[in-house]
Amino acid sequence: MTLTAVSRRDRSGPGTKRRQDRPGAQRTTRRSGRLRRISLPYLLLLPALLLELLVHLVPMLMGIVMSFKELTQFYLSTWSKAPWAGLDNFRVAVDFDAPIGEALLKSFLTTCLFTVCSVGLCWLIGTAAAVFLQERFRGRGLLRTLFLVPYALPVYAAVITWVFMFQRDNGLVNHVLHDQLGIGDSPAFWLVGDNAFWALLTVSVWKGWPFAFLTLMAGLQNIPRDLYEAAALDGAGVWKQIRHITLPSLRPVNQVLVLVLFLWTFNDFNTPFVLFGKAAPESADLISLHIYQSSFQTWNFGTGSAMSVLLLLFLLVVTGVYLLVTSRGKKAKARA
Amino acid sequence: MRRFRAAVTGAVTLSLALAVSACGGGSATGGGDDGSPKTLTYWASNQGANIEVDKKVLQPELDKFEQQTGIEVKLEVVPWSDLLNRILTATSSGQGPDVLNIGNTWSASLQASGALLPWDEKNFDRIGGRDRFVESALGSTGVQGQDPAAVPLYSMAYALYYNKKLFAEAGIAKPPATWDELIAAGKKLTARGKNGIGVEGANLSNNIHQVFVLGKQHGADFFTSDGKPDFTSDGAVAAVKQYVDLMAQHKIVAPGNAEYAQNQSLSDFSKGRTGMLLWQTASATFKAQGMKDEDWGVAPAPVRSGKPGPGTATNSMVAGINMGVFKNTDNLDGALKFVKFMTSDAEQKILNKAYGSIPPVRSAQSDPAFGAPAVAVLRDTLATSAAALPQVPEESQFETVVGTAVKELFADAAAGRAVTERSVREKLEKAQQQMPKK
Repeated sequence: MTLTAVSRRDRSGPGTKRRQDRPGAQRTTRRSGRLRRISLPYLLLLPALLLELLVHLVPMLMGIVMSFKELTQFYLSTWSKAPWAGLDNFRVAVDFDAPIGEALLKSFLTTCLFTVCSVGLCWLIGTAAAVFLQERFRGRGLLRTLFLVPYALPVYAAVITWVFMFQRDNGLVNHVLHDQLGIGDSPAFWLVGDNAFWALLTVSVWKGWPFAFLTLMAGLQNIPRDLYEAAALDGAGVWKQIRHITLPSLRPVNQVLVLVLFLWTFNDFNTPFVLFGKAAPESADLISLHIYQSSFQTWNFGTGSAMSVLLLLFLLVVTGVYLLVTSRGKKAKARA
Repeated sequence: MRRFRAAVTGAVTLSLALAVSACGGGSATGGGDDGSPKTLTYWASNQGANIEVDKKVLQPELDKFEQQTGIEVKLEVVPWSDLLNRILTATSSGQGPDVLNIGNTWSASLQASGALLPWDEKNFDRIGGRDRFVESALGSTGVQGQDPAAVPLYSMAYALYYNKKLFAEAGIAKPPATWDELIAAGKKLTARGKNGIGVEGANLSNNIHQVFVLGKQHGADFFTSDGKPDFTSDGAVAAVKQYVDLMAQHKIVAPGNAEYAQNQSLSDFSKGRTGMLLWQTASATFKAQGMKDEDWGVAPAPVRSGKPGPGTATNSMVAGINMGVFKNTDNLDGALKFVKFMTSDAEQKILNKAYGSIPPVRSAQSDPAFGAPAVAVLRDTLATSAAALPQVPEESQFETVVGTAVKELFADAAAGRAVTERSVREKLEKAQQQMPKK
């Protein structure tokens, strides 16, 4: 805002006068003016760029370097002197016949299944709630606020509450399911054993859907109401309106939303860590916790880094392919 | 133009300032390199019922130290869940405290990382000599034959805590001294609708402490004498199975204990739901949870037969806290003075009384407070029948993989799946394969 004001004043103010005083300098000034226009955005981006480098890229590069080193506890304080391991760490991580690789693969597949379920449910619930709350009715504002609560709560506080609720003997979940509804012969375990997957999924969806809801709600505001009115005049029912107006109009929003939800869920560390502690049950052994355990608890940061690099590559490929496919689809549609 | 330049200068300055402050962020918390001989940073472990209790116990002593030496000690009590990670981070960044507490079982692992000052003859002399410390406590300060990585600060041992009222109701005359007696007592308690004994099934470290002692009783160590993992020996398998069988076969542990990891077994005991508990130095916690001192009794932890002693009659690990000095401290002199202060007779008596632990310093043990029945059991156990956990650099990995194996076996038992010798061996084999290759 200030900048526009400044340049406008420049154009008509004392600058013009100065230029008239010195006609020879006109061309240089114009050139520097162009330079200024081109370089200004970059200069303004500089702080963000430097921070980005510092906060994200440098640690990432360090991680990549570490993945080629034999960085065990013996080299922790002198880690720059740790011997190079070549591709050994990667070999250990992808040797699916050996226990470490096998466990990593299992954890990866668990994470894939978990992510698909969680993102799918988050999106479905988020869309349903957003569409439902489009109509004006009493208490709409209250409901919108209420729906956003899980998103606004600090992760640790929220998940630790779930831990108490999922406890077998004193937890609320078993109290309702077993004591009141009489499901199952004996109260189920939620934090150990096979049910842990469902416990984790529940918490993840509970925590993730409000974001989908918020994003889609914003997206829905941009769809002109005339479209619905026209469709209604043509005799389209609610479902037809959702299928042919709402969903196609939300396409760009969905493209980003699904990607972001995917990345967040796939990489989620806090939820399983708070829910299960250092050692997650096999059924809910998400990859980020698995990598943490492979590096921080076994003190083998080289192998842990190699696993992280593999994860990074996987996510990059998925993201690239996803963006390529979805944008191509969009272009094709635009051409048609 | 001038305004444009001002904007650019602003942007560049801002980015530089941000970069510099981000780089400097680490040193704000790490007092280790502030170069001032008049301050020390001290990371204490959480020994009291909570962190506030620790601050209340420690701060007056630190003030005393400041009065004596003029050195100000900046205290941070680090919760157990963070302590090891914080130490690892400090080790790799070189930005750590000057003095810190470590769990004594980490000694060998941290020794290997090279972060801690080795306690050679010369350093020991600065704090009054190696002879001041009890031998069993020194046995848990690092790999044998190397200079210790830390010095003992508080000692603890496992003992059997029992609820006197529940025992009387169930007609149990005296606390069990052997495992058979313990199972019999547990069955009497369960018959009356109480839980026999509590376990902390999802707490990896506690699982290790328990199966390590049982391993000793079966003549098995989890590492060979040259430091290689040996998790699948018959003795090790028998030890793990015996521990899980308290739930799986004898049913004297409530299935819900399989998911306990936040000391729920202690609160079950304090509330009178469980009759027995194998724990280290639990008296302060019972008190904090509202259980009266006269309601519980304490006896040596059970053995297979006979009386506790060395070898297969071991009935506890040497539990405790060691105090280490960060190698790259800028105030080595002050750090050594502080360790000397904390291990002095007077401080040892004050601190160990406050925490219900035993002083690892011989001359401080004579205080009558450590002869009270509840503490005497722990002291005698440490003196005669406690063994140090394997002092190998891979101890930390051992806790993770074998602790997890026991956790999974408890989960199996709780879900009603059979826990057989074969299933135990399979889990331990898997654990051993996850250990780093030497």
